[in-house]
Parts: sequence; structure tokens; C-alpha cells
Amino acid sequence: MKIRFRLVSVSAPIIALTVSFGLSSLILLTIGKDPYETFKIMFEYGIRGKSIVSIVNRSIPLYISAIAVAVGFKMGLFNIGVEGQYLMGSLIAAYIGAQFSVITPLHVLFIIIVAVATSSLWAAIAGYLKVEKGIHEVISTIMLNYIGTGLIAYSLTTIFDEPNSNYDLPRTKELPETGKMPPLNKFFNIEDLQDLHGFLVIAVLVGIFYYWLVWKTTLGFDLRITGSNPIAAKFSGINPKRLVVIAMITSGAFAGLVGLAPLLGYFHRFTIDFPTGLGFAGIGVALLGRNHPFGMAVGALLFAFLQRSAQILDLNDVPKEIEQMMQAFILLIVVVFYEVIRRFLVKQQIKDASKRTDE
Amino acid sequence: MNLAIKLENITKTYPGVLANSEVSVKINSGDIHAIVGENGAGKSTLMKILYGMVKPDSGKIEIFETKASMTSPKNAISLGIGMVHQHFMLAKNLTVLENIILGIDRPFLKNIKLSKYKSEIQKVMELYSLNIDLNQYVDELSVGEKQRVEIIKVLYRGAKILILDEPTAVLVPQEVKELFKNLRNLKNNGVTVLFISHKLDEVLEIADEISVMRSGQLIDTVANNVSKTQLAEMMIGKSLPTPPARISSTNEEVILKVENIKSIDEDGRTIFEDITFKVHKSEILGIAGVEGNGQKEVVEAIIGIQELHSGKVEFKNNDLKDQGTRERLESGISFIPEDRQLQAMIMDMNLTNNVIIGRQNIEKYKSSLGTVKTKNAIKESEKVISSFEVKTPGTSTLATALSGGNQQKFVVGRELEDNPNLLIASQPTRGIDIGAQALIWEKLRNSRDEGLSVLLISADLEELIGLSDRIIVFYQGKLVKELNAENVTPEDLGGYMTGLKK
Repeated sequence: MKIRFRLVSVSAPIIALTVSFGLSSLILLTIGKDPYETFKIMFEYGIRGKSIVSIVNRSIPLYISAIAVAVGFKMGLFNIGVEGQYLMGSLIAAYIGAQFSVITPLHVLFIIIVAVATSSLWAAIAGYLKVEKGIHEVISTIMLNYIGTGLIAYSLTTIFDEPNSNYDLPRTKELPETGKMPPLNKFFNIEDLQDLHGFLVIAVLVGIFYYWLVWKTTLGFDLRITGSNPIAAKFSGINPKRLVVIAMITSGAFAGLVGLAPLLGYFHRFTIDFPTGLGFAGIGVALLGRNHPFGMAVGALLFAFLQRSAQILDLNDVPKEIEQMMQAFILLIVVVFYEVIRRFLVKQQIKDASKRTDE
Repeated sequence: MNLAIKLENITKTYPGVLANSEVSVKINSGDIHAIVGENGAGKSTLMKILYGMVKPDSGKIEIFETKASMTSPKNAISLGIGMVHQHFMLAKNLTVLENIILGIDRPFLKNIKLSKYKSEIQKVMELYSLNIDLNQYVDELSVGEKQRVEIIKVLYRGAKILILDEPTAVLVPQEVKELFKNLRNLKNNGVTVLFISHKLDEVLEIADEISVMRSGQLIDTVANNVSKTQLAEMMIGKSLPTPPARISSTNEEVILKVENIKSIDEDGRTIFEDITFKVHKSEILGIAGVEGNGQKEVVEAIIGIQELHSGKVEFKNNDLKDQGTRERLESGISFIPEDRQLQAMIMDMNLTNNVIIGRQNIEKYKSSLGTVKTKNAIKESEKVISSFEVKTPGTSTLATALSGGNQQKFVVGRELEDNPNLLIASQPTRGIDIGAQALIWEKLRNSRDEGLSVLLISADLEELIGLSDRIIVFYQGKLVKELNAENVTPEDLGGYMTGLKK
């Protein structure tokens, strides 16, 4: 039963991937490009050493963002606001972290705590609004994204802008050396390549922690039963309001970590071109990975691979937007097939149960 | 005599279940024909086949002596077949008239000719002597009246064959009488009535012919000259479960004390008020009431889901005011909600997980680290499965894969497992087979004898009378009567439940 279950679970993404390649090929053909050549170029570019480091680096925030979204999804809560949450967290952490210097582990830990605290506070607003005012979290988190973006733009040019900077765009002061996270290159013997973000270690730990939290603890149990049957959950003694706030804060706490890989590993400050869109991309990865820590890791790597390998396309005169279409195809198809397979499995179990009880 | 319906060798299988096996039956035109059988005997499947909702795997159907194959309810209606479902399909916020014509007229950007329909419908009502105020909102109707609307709706669409699925399940005795009177009128006007039920007294009262189903097969069709015992034996293939004998072991110790409680809804309307009662140790207190008279909310107030406006609830001499649902459940109150699939179980989780529900935070299932003690949960679910004879391949089976009776046995077992002081059981045997029902009754009685207090809410009046020591009756949000269960009849109860008796 278990093996069959895994097998069918894996088949959905594979089908989705195949069909998405097929559809993308059709589109490439209609614009007069050779699909085989295009995918070949992408693949060859994507597996270069340099690309692989870049893919892993890109996948770290994607993965953490997916986890932040998944915590909410598990209880049927849609935190669309990971975007605003991680940007707020990154800005505040970057600013405060640049004001002093202590030894690296402490300094990094401090920055992490500030980011997590800020993001979960920002997320808590949506939780409060839902519980006390009955405002649906999708609406409030989307609005909070706009408010957050506005606040960031304003405060970055005024309060948080680096004093006496000769750089003409607003940005925070650079983190001191102690606040930067060392790369992992020397552990993998790839010192000739660009930095492999040290935050990878944290991402792995976050994945394990997420698994423990959702599948092993009673809090996770409460989240899961509320997700599948909120009425039964309420009758079982769960206080749904309290749980919404807890889930929102937890989701926001994970969101706080999203921006830290680029912040601690590469940018070392919050600037106007700090990566955006990771919060939204995380929703897709969570869907693709079915909120499972391993599935989301694969999903994050896949999307990172597509993003990276598509960069070569412009040089070959193929619009690189084809990559975004592929991501969308994959998501759309995988959602359909997961449902098809879920129904199939339930049917199998019903059959199984009635067969065995007949004996 | 002409045949209205002729079924030949109808077979229908679902994955793992043979719902109908070679069913053949002839139904005379203008008869009231009852189909009886336990839950899961295949009655509903057969009716769904007749109404075009389910396609049979094989077999032949003739309607009024012409071969037919129903592909959809719409198709069945055009052949003169109408169905009144157990759960009414009415829009509460529309009038009776609007409900009856709903779906018939689909004007695009123009007015519906209400008056035209009104006179047509009134003709139908006169023909069959059915009475109802067409301008009333469905919201304001009693259950019996809603059912009448459904019947008129079906007749107005030209039905000559009327299928009624468990029509009396939701009615009190007085309303049943009214319904039967109406059905006889229909019969006298040439309508064929198919009456599905498992209440044998009613069937014997109304039917001309009776078909008995058991495990997907049609056992026999007999004229109405059999005894109740004969029918029951055909239906379950064994002798009837004996109604529980009552040896009162009631003790003076008060376990639950409800004092003058009152609740209001969001619009400030009173849901219930002036409710005062006690449940003693080793006592089963039954609550009778037609659905929607406040009893459900009172129960929810006791476990802390429904907010109280005033009054107080004491459990073992402790005021429950500041305790949430979780604290109440953990302090020794067990709760069997009325809808097992919606309120008691997580259908897409396995039995091991389902046994924890409601007890997530007690030491047995929660380690000091905050993790779930899965081993204990497995052990516990195995215990429930064996002591309540739950038929399942194992503890890792999803709840949804079990039959209704087995799901219910599992829920009852779970709630009785930790020796609670008070069990609130809402419709504990609704919609399950007689075997499971008898087992649950026995377990409830045994637990009661061992000191458990039970607050029992049931629409099955015989169950209520058979199990309870005392019965309180709810009507329009008030407690109108307290009765000793020993000398009360379903008719008595029905009178108080509808406000006819005071």
C-alpha cells in the first residue's frame, strides 16, 4: 500500500512535466523555434557547475517560502502575504544588523531572530484581522503586501537609507563582516565557482523542523485536522481562532527566513533591487510539492533550474518567457493530476476495506 | 391490473459492494407499494436507478408497460416518475409558489407569470386534496408542510409515480397521520406511490404490497397480510434485537446541572431560554424535540461551542463558564456529535489518527515535547476496533473506507474509551444497521450501569424511550415537559414535541 502510494504520488509531477514540455514545444513550434534545440541548450547550460551553484542558491529562498505557505495550507489558511512578510523582515533585519558587530554566529543568529520576529508580527496582523474582524486572510494578506511594499519604499528612502552614501539609489548600510554568512564552497571543493550560500544549511534544518512540526507534534495534528475538517476540529476542542493566529504567526516566522539567504549570502544589505516575487513563487512550489518537505525541495530545485537555464535563451534568440509558461503549465497540470490520483487512491482503499471485511 | 413499474434482474455493483443483485419486482399501477430493508440493503440504490440518478450494470426496466432506460432525473420526470428525497431540496428564502416553479420557467430578462402558475398549481392541489398556502415562505413551514411542498412540486411536474425516500423519518406521529391521509388521496386519484422505509408499523398501516430487501437482494414481495414479526425476520434474516430492559440504577449524585440557560443568535433572537435540568450519576436523560427546537444548541452550549447569554452549567459541581471546549472534553465529558462524517471524524485520515481526535492534548497522546504518541494511538484504536467489533482491515485504513455503521461504532468506542463521567450522545444510531445499533445500545446501557451519565438526543422515539430513565421535551426553545420514560408512548412524546399537548 505504502509503496503503491509513493509511486502514484510521484507519477503526477512526472506526467505534469512531460505534458508541460509537450505544450511548450507546441508554442515554440508556432513561433518558429526548434523545441528540441531549445531544450538542449537549456539543459546543457543548466548543468554547468556555475549554473548548479546558482540553482541551489536560488532554490533556498524558494524552498523556505514554500514551507511558509505550506504551514498555512495544511490548515486551510491561505497566506498570500509571504511576499510582504519576508520583505519587511529582510529590511528591518538588514538595518538593525548593520548597526553593530559581534562574533559571526551570534550576529547571524541575531539577524535571523529580528527577521523572524518582524515577519511574524506582520503576518499576525492578518491573523488578528481574520479572527477579530472576520476579514478573509487572502484579502488582508494581499492588501498587507501593498502596504508593506509602500512602507518599505518610503522608509528605505528616509529612515533606513545609508547616511552619507555616494550611491544614488536608496539602500541600507552594508552588514559588517561578522554579519555575513560564510559560503560553503570549501566543503564541496568548488572554490573556483561563485559563492554557495551558507544559508543552505539553515534551509535543510528548516525542512526537517517543518516536518517535525506538522507531522509529529500535536500542534501539527491540530493544523492538519482543521485543514481537512474544520467542523470536526472545532468539536474536538480546538479553538479555531487561536489556531488561526498561531498558524499565521508560524507561517510568518518561516517567511522571515526567506530573504535571509540573499541578504546574508550575497546582497549584505537591503537595496531597491533586493529579490522580490519569492513569496508568490513559494505558493507554486508548495502546490507542486504538495506541502511535503521533500516534494517542495524537489519543486524548488526544479523551478530554480528552469529559471537559471532559461537565461541562456535570449542569447539564442528564443524569448525566455517560455520558461514562465512552462512553470505555469506544470502547476496547472500537476494540480489536476494530484486530484485524479487522490480519488483513485481513496477508491482503492474503499475496495480494499470492503474486500477484506467480506472475508 | 396494469403495471406501473416492472424491474427485471437489475444488478448494480460499486467498487467492492454489490448494491443490487438481480432485483426483479412488479408494482401495480395505483398501489401504495412499500420497500423495506435495513440501511445498506440496497433500497436507495434501487430508487436512484428508477429515478435515473444511477445507471444499472444490467437488467430491464419497464414503466407503464413500455421499455425505458432512465438516463437522468429529468428523463425520469418526463416518464412520469417523481421523487421526494429524505432531505428536502427547497430554497428557504423563497415562497412555496416560487419553490414549486423553480427550474420550470427560465425567462431571460422578462417577468415570470406567477399568477398563471398559481392557478395551475391550485388545480393540482384541489385534485389531490393537498393544502398549503402558496404565498408563505418555506422558512416558516413545519417539516410536514415542507414535505407536502415537495410532493406538490413533483405532482405538478406530471408525476404519476411518486417515490418517497424515508418520508416519515423527519416527522412526528401527528404529521405521519397527515401524510398517510394525503397518500391515500393520491392513491384514490390513480397515483402510484413507492414508499421506502424501515419502520414496519407504518409500512403495515399504509402499504398495499410490501417488498423486502436484504443485502442487495429482493427477498420477496408480499400482500399486506403479514405480521410485523414476519416482515422483520425477512428483513434482517434473524430475530429482532430485544429492546433494552431497564433496570434503573440512578443515583442521587448530580453530575451535570444546567441552570436557567439562555442563548441568542446574531440577530438577537432567542434560540433557547429558561432551560434547567440535572443529569444524575448512572442515569440516561433523553432529550426529545423536533429538529430546530433548540436541543442541538443546548448540547453545544454544554460542551462550550454555543455561547451562553445567561445562566450557568455545572459539571461535577464546577462552573464551566471559563472553560473552553478542550478543557471540558478533558475533564470527563465525552461527546458523540449527530453527524459522524462532518463532526466526529476526519474522513481522509486513518483510524489511528481518528482515535486521538478530541483527546489530542491528554497525556496519553501528547509527550512532554509536544509530539503525538503514535504507539498509544495505535494501541487504543486496536482496542476500540476489537471491543466494538469495527469491521476494518486495520488501524491504518482511512475512515472514509468504512461503512456508516462501522464508523459510528468506532466513534462511540472512542468516546467511551477513557471512562468519561458524562457522555453526550446526539443521534448515536442514526442511519446505521440494526446490528451496529444493538451493539451501541448494549454498550451505552452497560456504561450507564457502571456509573456513566448520559445525555441522549435522538429522533428515534423508540430508542429514546427504550434507553432513557427520564425524558425532557423541547419545544420552541423551551423545556416544556419532563416525563418518566417508563410509562410514555411515542404518541405522547409526539404531542409534546409539536406543542399539541401541554
